[in-house]
Amino acid sequence: MKPSMDPPRPGYFGQFGGRFVAETLVPALEELTHALATIVPSAEFQAEWRGLLEHYVGRPTPLSRAHRLAHALDPEGDTIAELWLKREDLCHTGAHKINNALGQVLLAKQLGKRRIIAETGAGQHGVATATAAAVLGLPCEVYMGALDVERQAPNVARMRLLGARVIPVQSGARTLKDAMNEALRDWVTHVAHTHYCVGSAAGPHPYPTLVSELQRVIGDEARQQLLAQSGQLPDVVVACIGGGSNAIGMFRAFMDDPVALVGVEAAGEGLDTSRHAATITAGTVGVLHGAKTRVLSDADGQILQAHSISAGLDYPGVGPEHAALAQSGRARYLTATDDEAVAAAHLVAREEGLLIALETAHAFARLGSVARDFGAERGRPVRIAVCLSGRGDKDLATLMERGSS
Amino acid sequence: MTVARIERCLARCRSEGRPALVIYLTIGDPSVEDSLACARAALAAGADVLELGVPFSDPSADGPVIAAASHRAIASGGSLARALDVAAELRRESDAPLVLFSYVNPVLAAGEAALPTRAIAAGVDGLLVVDLPPEEGQRLRAAADAAELAIIPLVAPTTSEARQLEVARGARGFLYYVSVAGVTGSADAPLARAAQSAAALAARVGLPVVVGFGIDTPDKARQVASAGVDGVVVGSAVVAAIAAAGDRAGRVAAVTKLVSALRAAL
Repeated sequence: MKPSMDPPRPGYFGQFGGRFVAETLVPALEELTHALATIVPSAEFQAEWRGLLEHYVGRPTPLSRAHRLAHALDPEGDTIAELWLKREDLCHTGAHKINNALGQVLLAKQLGKRRIIAETGAGQHGVATATAAAVLGLPCEVYMGALDVERQAPNVARMRLLGARVIPVQSGARTLKDAMNEALRDWVTHVAHTHYCVGSAAGPHPYPTLVSELQRVIGDEARQQLLAQSGQLPDVVVACIGGGSNAIGMFRAFMDDPVALVGVEAAGEGLDTSRHAATITAGTVGVLHGAKTRVLSDADGQILQAHSISAGLDYPGVGPEHAALAQSGRARYLTATDDEAVAAAHLVAREEGLLIALETAHAFARLGSVARDFGAERGRPVRIAVCLSGRGDKDLATLMERGSS
Repeated sequence: MTVARIERCLARCRSEGRPALVIYLTIGDPSVEDSLACARAALAAGADVLELGVPFSDPSADGPVIAAASHRAIASGGSLARALDVAAELRRESDAPLVLFSYVNPVLAAGEAALPTRAIAAGVDGLLVVDLPPEEGQRLRAAADAAELAIIPLVAPTTSEARQLEVARGARGFLYYVSVAGVTGSADAPLARAAQSAAALAARVGLPVVVGFGIDTPDKARQVASAGVDGVVVGSAVVAAIAAAGDRAGRVAAVTKLVSALRAAL
């Protein structure tokens, strides 16, 4: 792919990003872009949002040293010097999604919006948005693929308890991408008074920037904690990637450091099958849900169905900034299969006493090979920090079904 | 021809004291052959312009009727390439303007630089890309201008007057005024207000304006026409009529009946 010769434009990361939406939505996106530049950095907004993060979410989340997991992955101590976990599972609602949801719902209130809508895959963003809407006093409706409604039943119940209306989406593959289509249809119809709380660092400008701005707290905290607890920066930072919000939140703080960035995509049943969600590794350049990025698409330009055992990674697109980081080489993108993720979840539970989400488990599944590869590159055991983006209670049924490997 | 074919058609309708009747079909629903037969029927029944809808897997600007048609069309092999085939067939028989109606991803897959020439060769006169605002459409616009293919921009009720001028700048053929903040097939589009806004827009920018979204009966078409707009687009109602019929003869009859009634109302 040859790099674009055009000068960089707002809302673009290299050749990726932009605002590919129906004309009806353009003014709302302009309003939101203006709010991102004016309201979000304001002292008032920051004080209220950071106050919620501290006293309601429970931030800063801890940074835990994973001695036993490191030993299990590298018994000889040849490749892993230190393994650190950024504990987003300890956020209220059990995942990093709440950082973004509170920020956006707060912003929506300041913009005078009276209603919140969201899409959700695993249900974590739906729960986070329902929570934020409840605590900030706005009605909330969450679009969720009907298949995901089935496989993430506990989160559906949580959203309903929180007062949100969950709308099962029956079209297409009945997963995250279809939920996002339906949310866009709702938004275009109610755009005057509704805020669409996008859950990942994807979608039209300014969402990728807004979401990464609201998630960078993960990496900002982790960097500070690593310096305090490890005494130095890590060699490698690892995170799982669906749309990529926990990863971009983690990466952002290390962008200018000599730290390797690794994202792990869902390889589903394998990259040699059509049943995967490895958009960066195996996708093409295209437009999905308002952004030019890497997508799973056929020769006619039809978006293909993704597959992953983890509903949160089951998406045939990716945040445009990740597409750009892959192209520039600043970040490296690997994959893990369904089976590898399940095995990793079991291993982490036994070795560290942590029940991690299946999404998160993809990042953990690659820790061994990341340590070997970067250990070989650096000629010494490496320090690794991984984003433990969410807890796995919602995946109990799947984990019990799939057993231990 | 090309842009000129659109301009000539709209001028002829204006001289007849009526707006152009623009009929939308999803190509490939339920088969490409059916779409061709229905397109012929629409032209024979008095459609002035045809919009050939390229099916897309994620039609997020469409309501349930056209979204379902899109999924059926993909399953039957419908695509941008097949829409061009249908255009080429129609062009052998008709001088009616043909507008390709697509989402951007199929356009990118075909190649923004290559598609306009290919479309013109197939007899297509205009291209409307529903999720490609002008800021993102520069490259396609340049290739289309060179090929004399009209890029049809959309103007929405949420578009400010200042932005209307931006959207219209350099546009050729006509502007498409979206009657309602919503998706295609909206039942409660405020058509009287939309028609007035569209007529005012035409006067402001000096380009023909057609109105679409939510026009599903001859009465509503007449209501929009009375404001003096340059065209009315009927899409979901046509697609629904096709979907409700049991076989090809039934589909052709349904299109003939609906389009005749719409045309009689203008």
